[in-house]
Amino acid sequence: MKTLNDLKLGQSGTVIRLGSSGALRRRIIDMGITPGAVIKKIKAAPFGDPVVIVVRGYELSLRINEAKEIIIEE
Amino acid sequence: MTQKSENVRTKNKISVVLAGNPNCGKTTLFNQLTGSKQYVGNWPGVTVEKKSGKVRNNLNKNIEAVDLPGIYSLSPYTPEEIVTRNCLLNDDPDVIIDIVDATNLERNLYLTTQLAELGRPIVIALNMCDLLEKNGDKIDVALLEAKIGIPIVPISASKNVGVDKLIEKVVQISEKSKYVPVKNIYSPVVNKTLCEIEEALEEIKQHKYHRKRWTAVKLFEGDRVTWAHYDFTQAQKEHINSHIEEINITKNIDREMIIADERYKYICSITDKVLTRRRPADYLSISDKIDNIVTNRFLAIPLFLAVMLLVFTITFGAPGTLLRDSADYFINDVVGSGVHSLLVSMGASEWSQSLVTDGIVAGVGSVISFLPQIMLLFTLLSLLEDSGYMSRAAFIMDKLLRYIGLSGRAFVPMLMGFGCTVPAVLATRTLENPKDKRLTILITPFMSCSAKMPVYLLIISYFFADSGPLVLFGIYLLGVAVAVLTALLFKSTILKGKNAPFVMELPPYRMPSPKSLWLHIWERLKDFLVRAGTVLLGASVLVWFLQSFDFSLNMVTPDESMLASIGKFIAPVFSLCGFGDWRASVSLVTGIAAKESVASTMAVLYSGTSILNSFSALSAFSFLVFVLLYTPCIAALSAIRREMGSAKWTALAIVYQLAVAWFASAFVFQIGTLVTNLF
Ligand SMILES: Nc1nc2c(ncn2[C@@H]2O[C@H](COP(=O)(O)OP(=O)(O)O)[C@@H](O)[C@H]2O)c(=O)[nH]1
Repeated sequence: MKTLNDLKLGQSGTVIRLGSSGALRRRIIDMGITPGAVIKKIKAAPFGDPVVIVVRGYELSLRINEAKEIIIEE
Repeated sequence: MTQKSENVRTKNKISVVLAGNPNCGKTTLFNQLTGSKQYVGNWPGVTVEKKSGKVRNNLNKNIEAVDLPGIYSLSPYTPEEIVTRNCLLNDDPDVIIDIVDATNLERNLYLTTQLAELGRPIVIALNMCDLLEKNGDKIDVALLEAKIGIPIVPISASKNVGVDKLIEKVVQISEKSKYVPVKNIYSPVVNKTLCEIEEALEEIKQHKYHRKRWTAVKLFEGDRVTWAHYDFTQAQKEHINSHIEEINITKNIDREMIIADERYKYICSITDKVLTRRRPADYLSISDKIDNIVTNRFLAIPLFLAVMLLVFTITFGAPGTLLRDSADYFINDVVGSGVHSLLVSMGASEWSQSLVTDGIVAGVGSVISFLPQIMLLFTLLSLLEDSGYMSRAAFIMDKLLRYIGLSGRAFVPMLMGFGCTVPAVLATRTLENPKDKRLTILITPFMSCSAKMPVYLLIISYFFADSGPLVLFGIYLLGVAVAVLTALLFKSTILKGKNAPFVMELPPYRMPSPKSLWLHIWERLKDFLVRAGTVLLGASVLVWFLQSFDFSLNMVTPDESMLASIGKFIAPVFSLCGFGDWRASVSLVTGIAAKESVASTMAVLYSGTSILNSFSALSAFSFLVFVLLYTPCIAALSAIRREMGSAKWTALAIVYQLAVAWFASAFVFQIGTLVTNLF
């Protein structure tokens, strides 16, 4: 099982499902991270966390903790 | 009201709400529509409460527009979402203007699909069309309109293109029915279930007619607010649930996700056809190129520090000093002596001469001469904000801020605090976690606001003429250090808790428009001028009065005045800090009204160079420390009270800040004295 966190910079993956629950999960869904969405990891902050991904044509930053909840396949 | 009378438009007033994603240009559009001057910023979530205004139009209509906070979805989680949702559901606006950022179509339309389900007349303002064109992309507006079934007006809010057309469209729509049929966007399976829930609801007859689809979807998703709102009986609940359970869920997809997924599928099926992108998938826009440098792993933090240093150098270095000197010359040598000779030639009495020169010109004038420099700092901070750099700063600093228990999002209010504490405190509304919010409010006042600048510069000009920049830098740094320590202290005691998640959009860089920049500056300038004309003028005159007369209203030397008696009463409190002089205490007290009055009061009280006899370099420095850290002005306090939402927390903040200021400056003075005595 791979998560968004396992992607290297510049790699893309397709969302399979989401872990987590409640408000955070809903937030992630609302930002367009739904099954089938293609996400590309493009950047990491100076200390490696948070990271920036491109999803649905815009840039979103989230922490490694959140990235681990996003299950993907390459 | 009966169904019929509600359907026929009899009202003269048209109520309109503006809804859209954060950063879609909503504030800009609102300002264009109403001519009002709201705060515009390029980081998500600048509109944090609803604001309303009359729409300027030449159709002779009375249109009232409400600007709602920017949101990504109508789910009931963040404060912004709740405000928006309640307003849409309860206020029943005549027309909803849905602002859609054309350069970010897919995600923006997600909210559109939710708004459309309310069954209200809606129009899409397709914003940022200029930018879309510049990127070389194209949207087939006619096709989009046909597919999505909602009227669309392409606009460029910041260029004021298409706004008149938008207003015409709003008026036109408002004249039609108040209800519009909701188009199905879901797959046949899900649609069938939703229709069944709608039928079940119709039997229960508790819902508003036009909101059938919205309600059905929310019940299907398991939206707790909607479920609670309807207060169903057990039998009704089971009846509805029996329909909902017709749809199987798996490990990968639950009901909330099914709805979101189908919305996005629907949107993609449309955007695939209407949107033509010129650029290939890995095309780097200018924004991306800037970002590659600005957020580079190794360069990001040095660059951030360099930017801060640059802001600091411009404000307090040669450019800022030049501005201040010219303003100072103008106020004192041109206006001051001009007014004085005028009074003398008119044969004005001695006391009125004294009132004008020693009271008003010395007090208010001393602060006004710092105005250009304050505005310079403010302009630079606004540039950072408008360009989109602030969200990068939040991103870069998130990890570091987490060490002190805050999220990167708290960084934006903190940076804004260097300009003015009031908007900075208001900006904490974008923090979703109440603990983070309280903590951020608590530490923001330690970011030295620009109104404290006059005090620093006044003291420095007398005591630290040679080491001015160093002292200033030290003061600003001390403020940040105290903020960090405060955060650590509170996070490990009364504000313990898990870190809030961090999911933040990084908007593309934008060229700050001169207009929005001017709005920022004007806002602050107006605020300053109002204060100069009211609080500062009043305080200066009052201070002059109290220091010129004694209790029997005889004109006396300041040392025998009423003010001296009052000041001497407070002064002992500060003797351990090294400034037990009554004039210093009085100045600090007036600082509660406005921070600039500390400087204006000192200018009135210490005529000539008498200040040199009252402070040593050390006590002058400990005085600066106190000014930096003590309780913010009354305007900031009321903002704090509002945002804390608790009198207890506000009181705690005040007491804490006073205590910190006192201990820090006493510490500086006592240690300093010890060290000087040793050598
Ligand atoms: N190029 C361009 N920029 C715009 C347009 N409308 C708004 N902006 C910019 O987009 C940014 C965000 O706008 P703002 O009104 O604060 O968005 P809000 O967060 O939705 O209220 C600002 O920097 C605006 O100057 C537009 O039509 N074209």
